[in-house]
Amino acid sequence: MGIGLLILIVLGLAGCGFLLGRQRALSLVEGDARRLHSLPSYYGWSVLLFTAVPALLLTAAWLFLQPTVVAHRVAASIPEATVTARGGLDLVMTDIRRISEGLDLIARREGLDTKAVAALGTDTALKERLGAVGVAAGAGSDPAVFDAALAWRETSAGLHRAMTIAVLLLAAAGFLFAFLRISPALRARNLVEQFVLVLLISCSLIAVATTFGIIASLVAESWSFFRIYPASEFFLSTVWNPKFGGGSQLGLWPLVWGTIYVSLIALAVAVPIGLLAAIYLSEYATPRLRATVKPLLEILAGIPSIVYGLFALITVGPILRDWFAMPMGLGASSSSVMTAGVVMGIMLIPYVSSLSDDIINAVPQAMRDGSFGLGATQSETVKRVVLPAALPGIVGAVLLAASRAIGETMIVVMGAGAAAKLSLNPFEAMTTVTVKIVSQLTGDTEFASPETLVAFALGLTLFCFTLALNVAALVIVRKYREQYE
Amino acid sequence: MNVMQIAERATATATAKMTARGVQVHYGENHALKDVDVDILAGTVTAFIGPSGCGKSTFLRCLNRMNDTVASARVTGEIRLDGEDIYDRRVDPVTLRARVGMVFQKPNPFPKSIYENVAYGPRIHGLTRNRAELDQVVETSLRKAALWNEVKDRLQAPGTGLSGGQQQRLCIARAIATAPEVLLMDEPCSALDPIATAQVEELIDELHTQFSVVIVTHSMQQAARVSQRTAFFHLGHLVEYGETGQIFTNPRDPRTESYITGRIG
Repeated sequence: MGIGLLILIVLGLAGCGFLLGRQRALSLVEGDARRLHSLPSYYGWSVLLFTAVPALLLTAAWLFLQPTVVAHRVAASIPEATVTARGGLDLVMTDIRRISEGLDLIARREGLDTKAVAALGTDTALKERLGAVGVAAGAGSDPAVFDAALAWRETSAGLHRAMTIAVLLLAAAGFLFAFLRISPALRARNLVEQFVLVLLISCSLIAVATTFGIIASLVAESWSFFRIYPASEFFLSTVWNPKFGGGSQLGLWPLVWGTIYVSLIALAVAVPIGLLAAIYLSEYATPRLRATVKPLLEILAGIPSIVYGLFALITVGPILRDWFAMPMGLGASSSSVMTAGVVMGIMLIPYVSSLSDDIINAVPQAMRDGSFGLGATQSETVKRVVLPAALPGIVGAVLLAASRAIGETMIVVMGAGAAAKLSLNPFEAMTTVTVKIVSQLTGDTEFASPETLVAFALGLTLFCFTLALNVAALVIVRKYREQYE
Repeated sequence: MNVMQIAERATATATAKMTARGVQVHYGENHALKDVDVDILAGTVTAFIGPSGCGKSTFLRCLNRMNDTVASARVTGEIRLDGEDIYDRRVDPVTLRARVGMVFQKPNPFPKSIYENVAYGPRIHGLTRNRAELDQVVETSLRKAALWNEVKDRLQAPGTGLSGGQQQRLCIARAIATAPEVLLMDEPCSALDPIATAQVEELIDELHTQFSVVIVTHSMQQAARVSQRTAFFHLGHLVEYGETGQIFTNPRDPRTESYITGRIG
């Protein structure tokens, strides 16, 4: 029985449970719903949930664990000689899994039964037949591997049958338990509420758990990087010069400097323009103008960053080079920190302005009235009352823009180039951490080399960087916040 | 309060501080205030009473041009402060509001320290030359608002951390600090408990020796307790205006009598 069908059966059973549970609750009180503790549909829901949720959870857990269990059992039966001859257990297991999948496909396509599949082991054309179903298996001719693949199929099929039975039994048990439990005094509504609560909690846990998972994987890979490359070099060297033949210099600082430099220029463009635009929109503009301009500004936020990259490459870069860099004798490259920073700043304007506008609007009108009533002008009111009150939110908006700037890759590739350099000249090509992560991971080197693994160490650095930024902002906001209410 | 006491209350024979003639206010299509004539006397507490939506707050907001901040409002007629038309083109509403201060219905201290709240007006109008003078203004204003003893040890604490009554007195101190000539109060006690209300009323009684005070209130007892003159508004009209004692004991208009005896409202 396929997984899809199994889930459908469970859901069908649950659906019946809903109808029957509701029916039973009503018939227990002879149709007088007022004598029930909860509305009749809540009884239906309680049966539905007891039927579907445990069964589906079991299915998910089983499917998650099954490959591990099967691999463990099969691995035990493989002769030591085969493992060493084929270069390690991992490679052998990959082969076995692939062959067993191929056998599945052949069996399905040609309608073979178990015996006929077993007989394939003696077929000299096995390799070709596997190839015909899209499985490339070099080890198919090895009888030990073939046997293991058969064992894999058999164990999998056995476990799958067991799972089907267990899930169906569990669904039926849940159904019966919940169905028989129904009585007029049963607090079905509270049960359903509790389920909703658990659902909400588990969803928020998923978000948190994912974050920790990401950190864990970053830390693990960075760890293996630092085992083959000295950490002191990584953190203290000022030269970034990866070589594919080995002997690379992987100093962090040129990249971090590029990131900071580009982000600072971007924020220097985005924060003043965005904030002043927000002040105009929320404090001075007429409602009609605001209703037109705000969506227009937000369109900027919808433009993919690659398009901004094109803009940087074709328009801004050459203009900055011809009008500023060349006349001032600061360089002749159209890729520059300035190009990427300015274009990124333009991209960030709507983030800053839209968020700040909402925050400024949330400052109560009573604050403004109080200030006007004391004879303050509009700009004094904005400067001394509205902005201080909105400060925590505005800092939040700026931080959001800052983390976008730090994480941005496309504009940097197209606007600032890919040369890692430590320089103060804003018209020189530089690059950032994110760009180098991409180029190191997509390079031609082996995965286990320091040139590739450095990407994870860079990612971890970037992560710590933004974390520190957030913590700092939190502290600042808490210290200077002027709360209204 | 004893009715006879109100009737016998001495009223200042003062000159008119503000005069309003033929004031009309429209909010878009809505004709909110119809042909109002009022003289606000110097050194007097004037109370505006009347049912909700009768135009008393609207008229109050005309007196310091706060209606300018409402886009749909249109004010016609003439309002003079010391003989000068406040709706004249040459008058800056911002300077006007420094001379005619306002306290709002809900306490609205700025999210700043107590000190900064009071210092706000003097700072933006440049009323003081140095820090010591500013300190002095803050202290005097807080003393006048009967708040000094409660907050003198925590002037740097946020103004929003005070209790409701204290917040309202802080707002009054804030308004006093710009040394206004007229103080407008829009239902200043409606968000306060009885004890805080009593404190604010006592304060109003003390303040009227220095400023003209105009107070909008829903409570007729309050109007009777604090004011020397009372104006009764109904459906956008000024129905009757006179000495508080006379309005409450011997109203000339039957609508006034109905309102103060609770038959309409």
